[in-house]
Amino acid sequence: MGEVNFFLQAMIYLTSAIIMVPIANRLGLGSVLGYLVAGIVIGPFVFGFVGTEGKDLLHFAEFGVVMMLFAIGLELELNLLWRLKFWLLGLGGLQLLLTTVFVFLFSIGFQFSWKSSLALGFILSLSSTAIVLQTLKEKGLMKSVSGQASFSILLFQDMAVIPILAIFPMLSEGEQISNDHGHSLVDHLPAYQKTIVVLFVVIGIILIGRYLLSPLFRMIAKSGSREIFTGASLLLVIAISVLMGSVGVSAALGTFLAGVVLASSEFRHELESNIEPFKGLLLGLFFLSVGASMDIPVVMSNPTKIIGIVFGIIFLKAIVLLLLGFLFKLPLDQNLYMSLALSQVGEFSFVLFGYSEGLGIFDKETIVILVACVALSMAFTPILLLLYEKTIFEALQSKLPKKQSNQTVQKEENPVIICGFGRFGNMVGRFLRSNGIGITILDYDADRVEMLGRFGFKVFFGDATRIELLESAGLEHAKVLIAALDHPEKQQELIRNVKHHYPNLNIVARAGDREEAYELKEMGLSYIYRETRETAVKLGGDVLKILGTRSFTAERAKNLFLTHDDETFHELFALRKDRVQYISLAKQRNSELERLMFVDVGKEDELELDSWSEMERM
Amino acid sequence: MPKILILLFHPFLEKSKANQMLLDSVPVSESITLRDLYEIYPNFTIDVKLEQKLLMEHDVILFQHPFYWYSCPPLMKQWIDFVLEDGWAYGKNGNFLKDKKWIQTITTGGTELAYSKEGFHGHLMEEFLLPFRRTAELCKMDYQSPFLLQGTFQLKEGEFQKESIRYRNFLLFLLGANHG
Repeated sequence: MGEVNFFLQAMIYLTSAIIMVPIANRLGLGSVLGYLVAGIVIGPFVFGFVGTEGKDLLHFAEFGVVMMLFAIGLELELNLLWRLKFWLLGLGGLQLLLTTVFVFLFSIGFQFSWKSSLALGFILSLSSTAIVLQTLKEKGLMKSVSGQASFSILLFQDMAVIPILAIFPMLSEGEQISNDHGHSLVDHLPAYQKTIVVLFVVIGIILIGRYLLSPLFRMIAKSGSREIFTGASLLLVIAISVLMGSVGVSAALGTFLAGVVLASSEFRHELESNIEPFKGLLLGLFFLSVGASMDIPVVMSNPTKIIGIVFGIIFLKAIVLLLLGFLFKLPLDQNLYMSLALSQVGEFSFVLFGYSEGLGIFDKETIVILVACVALSMAFTPILLLLYEKTIFEALQSKLPKKQSNQTVQKEENPVIICGFGRFGNMVGRFLRSNGIGITILDYDADRVEMLGRFGFKVFFGDATRIELLESAGLEHAKVLIAALDHPEKQQELIRNVKHHYPNLNIVARAGDREEAYELKEMGLSYIYRETRETAVKLGGDVLKILGTRSFTAERAKNLFLTHDDETFHELFALRKDRVQYISLAKQRNSELERLMFVDVGKEDELELDSWSEMERM
Repeated sequence: MPKILILLFHPFLEKSKANQMLLDSVPVSESITLRDLYEIYPNFTIDVKLEQKLLMEHDVILFQHPFYWYSCPPLMKQWIDFVLEDGWAYGKNGNFLKDKKWIQTITTGGTELAYSKEGFHGHLMEEFLLPFRRTAELCKMDYQSPFLLQGTFQLKEGEFQKESIRYRNFLLFLLGANHG
């Protein structure tokens, strides 16, 4: 019975998401709004398909937020933080501070206690990373000034969640209701000891991440099983959540830290793409359950109050951001966009509200109203942005001279991605790198990745045939993809995937022999390189020299041979299905080549036709 | 004893009897360095720094090449373009070749008569070689009349021997010239 119920629930959730999200996307409102509305629709107050378990589900779905923080941590390489330090600390820090102060003052005015006011300030100053990053990515604005400013602020907020979670117990009003998780091992300890335990756990995670996880993943990777690697990625996130939960700290803090520690490891992209689908689904579930647990009657009974609070929050946050935008000299159009984009309250507020309920910071009624307000502020974001884009943004855009920022806030943005760093990819990589070309390298051999890492190559572990992995390695910014995988089937799978998703990207590919080259040509590639061809001809040239041919003559002979071989390749390609014609043409072309080369080196009198034409590998 | 650098530029040396004969005539001496540049740079990627170092170590720079289309073979032009750098060979502070001798040893298919006002080509060798002369002058080098071996297609065995001795004496003279 329970199982049937579970699957029925899953069906309802998935169906509603599948219906609502595409509609929201089509309307330009973004998927988050779709999830929220879907949640409301299936919730107890509209159709009532789901309901009682909404709150429990929310706890489970919070795991999506935890995973999001892990993914954000993974993207946080120290040099990115360093590059963004000015905006991160300046814009992000001031935004958080000013919004918190204003909300604090307002709440005091509404007769909240100073502790609740401060907590509310912190909660409302956060914006929704999920909504804003999703919107920026969907609209291709990540690289714009507003995109970078937004990213910096969100990053700062996400990091600030961690100290905020630590501060919250201090804001407790004393009448602490026992946490509904109730598993915390440190509840009985006095506050300072709790802090010490937390500190130990955090340091432990950093040390383990630094010195234990990479070798461990390397070992798992060597097993060559992708499922196990995905399992290990999930296990890591879950294990940290449990560990953190057991010492009474947020799971988000732990996974975020683990992410940061792993950001510089070679497994970064593989972890990211493993977590990605789970993260996406769980975040969707999270927003669904927020929608489902939204108390519609409460909203309906106090419409003016709630609408007032929602727009009050949006207005306040937008004004603070706008002022900071002026202070940091953002162009007006970009500044307005950023201010509106970040004006909602973020998903962490749900987590924090839940947490503060347990701590007795707010009473239940207040939380119900505030949660509804937060959800509404999220729902309004895409609508506001759409309105803004259709009116002011377009007008301003046409007036202002186009300014492209040259600063970049992306992960890997190299123009070249090399898939497969074996004997072939390795040489290509070294050549390009010595010419100052930025390359991102992916390889599925854990030993090799580790070894190359020691040589100072930045090689990421992962299966390059997976488009998500390529994307997290920066495929959309790449100009050239070098396909140099050893296995012909893998190589073809990679090329098929990339051609399908990015038809305009330049693909240059390694082929083992003529047959493989034909297959790649059949897939529509025009840059195909038989890996042994050049080397073999070079070897032949050196043999000519050893036998007394002068260098320049040998050089000419090599070039003539290669040019002729290229031409023959294309001619033979057309005939490869017809063996009889193929062999006849191959023989004919070979004797032509012999004649040509004998004439070139002045040995036409020594020419014996048809002597070795049969040797060509068919 | 002055040091001589012979820079040989011949894409098809194996086919040129005249040039091989000339090389065979070069006296064995520690003061002579012979470089076969088509052999050293078959794909035209010249090591400029090395070439410049060698130039600095020698007093006489002797280019041996066939006369192709009233000029030198392409690698020699490439060599001139890349090695004789501004600020090194000429221009401001470009004094590294100052007072070194520039000499060309040139083989031509056409006879001496063909390179005359009335001949087939209608101009003197001297006139065709003006760009090289001017190049040497720009580098403040001491341009010398070339050693010419002409009508190579018609040379007979005995004449080869005669020419060989003439070239050997020419080089020996260069070796002794600054000596006393």
